[in-house]
Amino acid sequence: MTQLARRHAVNAAMTLLTGLAVVVALIPLALLLWLVVSKGASGLSWSFFTNLPTPVGEPGGGIGNALLGTLYLVGLACLVGLPLGVGAGVFLAERGDGRFGSFIRFTAEVLSGVPSIVVGIVAYGLVVVPMKRFSALAGGVALGLLMVPTLARTTEELVRLVPGSLREASLALGIPQWKTSLRVVLRTALGGVITAVLLAVARAAGETAPLLFTALNNQYWNFAPDQPTASLTVQIYNYAISPYEDWHQKAWTAALVLLILVGALNLTARFLTRSGLTREQR
Amino acid sequence: MEGPPPLLLPDSDNATAARPGDALVATPHRPRNLGDRLWAAGLVSLGGGLAVVAGVIVLALGRLTTPLVGRVHLLEFLKGQDWDPVAASFGALPFIYGTLVTSLLAIVVALPISVGLAIFMVEIAPKGLRPIVSFLIETLAAIPSVVYGLWGLFVLVPWLRQTVEPALARVLGFLPLFQGPPIGLGFLAAGLILAVMILPTIASVTIEVLKTVPISLREAALVLGATRWEAIRLAVLPHARAGIMGATLLGLGRALGETMAVTMVIGNTPEIHASLFATGYTLPSVIANEFAEATSGEHMAALAGLALVLFGLSVLLNAAARLLVKAVKAATGSFG
Amino acid sequence: MTAKADKISVEGLSAYFGKTQVLRSVTAGMPAKSVTAIIGPSGCGKSTLLRCLNRMHELAPGARVEGSIHMDGHDIQGRDVDPVHLRRLVGMVFQRPNPFPTMSIFDNVSAGLRLNGIRGDHRTMVVQCLRQAALWDEVKDRLRAPAISLSGGQQQRLCIARALAVEPEVLLMDEPTSALDPIATAKVEDLIHELKSKYTIVIVTHNMQQAARVSDQTAFLYMGELVEVGPTEQIFTNPREARTEDYVTGKFG
Repeated sequence: MTQLARRHAVNAAMTLLTGLAVVVALIPLALLLWLVVSKGASGLSWSFFTNLPTPVGEPGGGIGNALLGTLYLVGLACLVGLPLGVGAGVFLAERGDGRFGSFIRFTAEVLSGVPSIVVGIVAYGLVVVPMKRFSALAGGVALGLLMVPTLARTTEELVRLVPGSLREASLALGIPQWKTSLRVVLRTALGGVITAVLLAVARAAGETAPLLFTALNNQYWNFAPDQPTASLTVQIYNYAISPYEDWHQKAWTAALVLLILVGALNLTARFLTRSGLTREQR
Repeated sequence: MEGPPPLLLPDSDNATAARPGDALVATPHRPRNLGDRLWAAGLVSLGGGLAVVAGVIVLALGRLTTPLVGRVHLLEFLKGQDWDPVAASFGALPFIYGTLVTSLLAIVVALPISVGLAIFMVEIAPKGLRPIVSFLIETLAAIPSVVYGLWGLFVLVPWLRQTVEPALARVLGFLPLFQGPPIGLGFLAAGLILAVMILPTIASVTIEVLKTVPISLREAALVLGATRWEAIRLAVLPHARAGIMGATLLGLGRALGETMAVTMVIGNTPEIHASLFATGYTLPSVIANEFAEATSGEHMAALAGLALVLFGLSVLLNAAARLLVKAVKAATGSFG
Repeated sequence: MTAKADKISVEGLSAYFGKTQVLRSVTAGMPAKSVTAIIGPSGCGKSTLLRCLNRMHELAPGARVEGSIHMDGHDIQGRDVDPVHLRRLVGMVFQRPNPFPTMSIFDNVSAGLRLNGIRGDHRTMVVQCLRQAALWDEVKDRLRAPAISLSGGQQQRLCIARALAVEPEVLLMDEPTSALDPIATAKVEDLIHELKSKYTIVIVTHNMQQAARVSDQTAFLYMGELVEVGPTEQIFTNPREARTEDYVTGKFG
């Protein structure tokens, strides 16, 4: 083979290899989704959504409390994480150009890499220890703290995208700085911020590790912030590592529900981004 | 009589009447009234709150480890191989070992696939294919860890046990890496699952990095008589090298902290073995398994100490990755 | 008229980006070992014509070519022609210098040698190319320095040296001095003058004075159409077409 032919062969081989990389990367995804749907779908039923879990062997049983628990925990997390996260983001965008701002920004970037289980332990120390009990509040705090760094950085980027001319026009009209930021800038960035929040919520809904020793688990319905709470993710985990076949089945179905929840949040965020963009272009 | 009436007053709680010319004098950044001052103060405290969060994390972890502080020497803790809470013996080495082995295996598997994927996406794929692949990568990233663990436990592990590990043992069994009974659970399973999970991280950053390589560089190679792959090798990859390294560090950071999927497939035995078929334990897994039922204050303190080690590792990696990305951005600016 | 045979001849060449037609049935010949300049206002298709000559145009998404291009009598778009090999024979220098930023001066020039597996004493070849590009004296004691440490004009001459290293027969230059200062421009123009004894050069330029200075033959392109082509002196002093006269006297463009 001439040298040129050999070089073309190498080119073709590399093209093939990189294409193969795409296929290899996506095979686990396809397999996983297929399995969750095929194994989990059979367990879906109205009672699965509304019932409490039952002991092994007993029929029926569902994830009602776990599903509600996840929503409850995520709600608490938003109470903790949204003001701090979005607020820090606005700070970084409006006043973050100095040394202090750079320091805060670097802190946010580094914090976003902290493993969720470490944050769980922190929440344990902050909430469970003084309260002397596991609680939904502790879980909410853990999830909320996890949301803060990412929300801060995304919010900063979004607020910075708002054109300076908008801000200047508002100030030129005599509207004070704080009203300008609130009414004009944030309202413009609102769509993006909501998207960022939705994505943060989706990630929080999928967390398990920090909940293991903060919200713990609960076999019953719970609405009190100072009591342990069930969650979809912890329930899936417990079912999966148990030795019982029918609980394994429930794990697949619960996983399907979790994927639908997380998927819906992500798709809504994506949909908002697309329609939000067209709104701004007008 | 004074001149024309003053300009529109921005706020009624401003005691001093605005005079013509005031608007020229006041700059947007000097808070002129209570509202502005409160807003500025609020923002600064929220921003500072972030730093407070970081401090709180360190302090809370530190406080939880205090029962151990007098008792166990830091070096003993890190180098000790024996983890026996009942006997109050706390050695962190098996977990550090497990974390490092699984993370490194994950990088070894994920890096070539991610870079290959990124090259395909940016350089080779037809335009219509790109949004589809990128959507699929984002989907991979959005799947919760426990669902990966579920799939790992019931699909990957049996497959490893029945097919892959025996095959590896037959072909490469002379290496200590592939010796011992194939049970499916263990370092190999954990490393592979981690590889799938960090793939989107490395791939998406690499795609961004490859996109910043200017077309003129590719063309410079092509007009010398290079094939498409040679142009990528000559012009694109060297330019992207530092960025890819940053992507790898980010992926490594994610792998270090991954808990649930690993816990469900690694076997959870606090032992050090050379073989990838062996079961082991990682820092996040032992914390996840033992923290809620810690038998003593010291046990809990030791686990908190492990969390502190994990925190330190992730901060270092993340900081290194960000600094690397910043350096790449600064360098790119100079040939822009 | 022309003593030299055409190295490259283009017949009825039309080029498209998707539905947009950028070249309209251009027919012209470029004599060997001489300099042909292509002039015309912005957007007239000069660069596209150049990029057809080394089949770079077809790499753009949606790009299409009609008509024929012959080099030494061979149809360069024929099935038996390997575009990768063609691009070695027809080298190119771009408007903005684009040395490989991660490589040294030496490695930039030898890049083409390594790529094409050209054996021999690379050091001698690199030195020879740097001399040909009139850059040797300025870099001879810092061959290992990064290529981006050179000035703009030096980088452009480095790119020329790099192109010459693979021993092309034709050198395409796409507005090679538009990003350079006047002194660097003069050096490159002197270089072109020396190179034409060995290479066939086709240069796109929006600077008419430059075309008048360096080229033997000039082609005037307007909105994708070849208005006139002929010896440079004739184009500038006694053009046949009214549009050519308007352009070279500065009435538009």
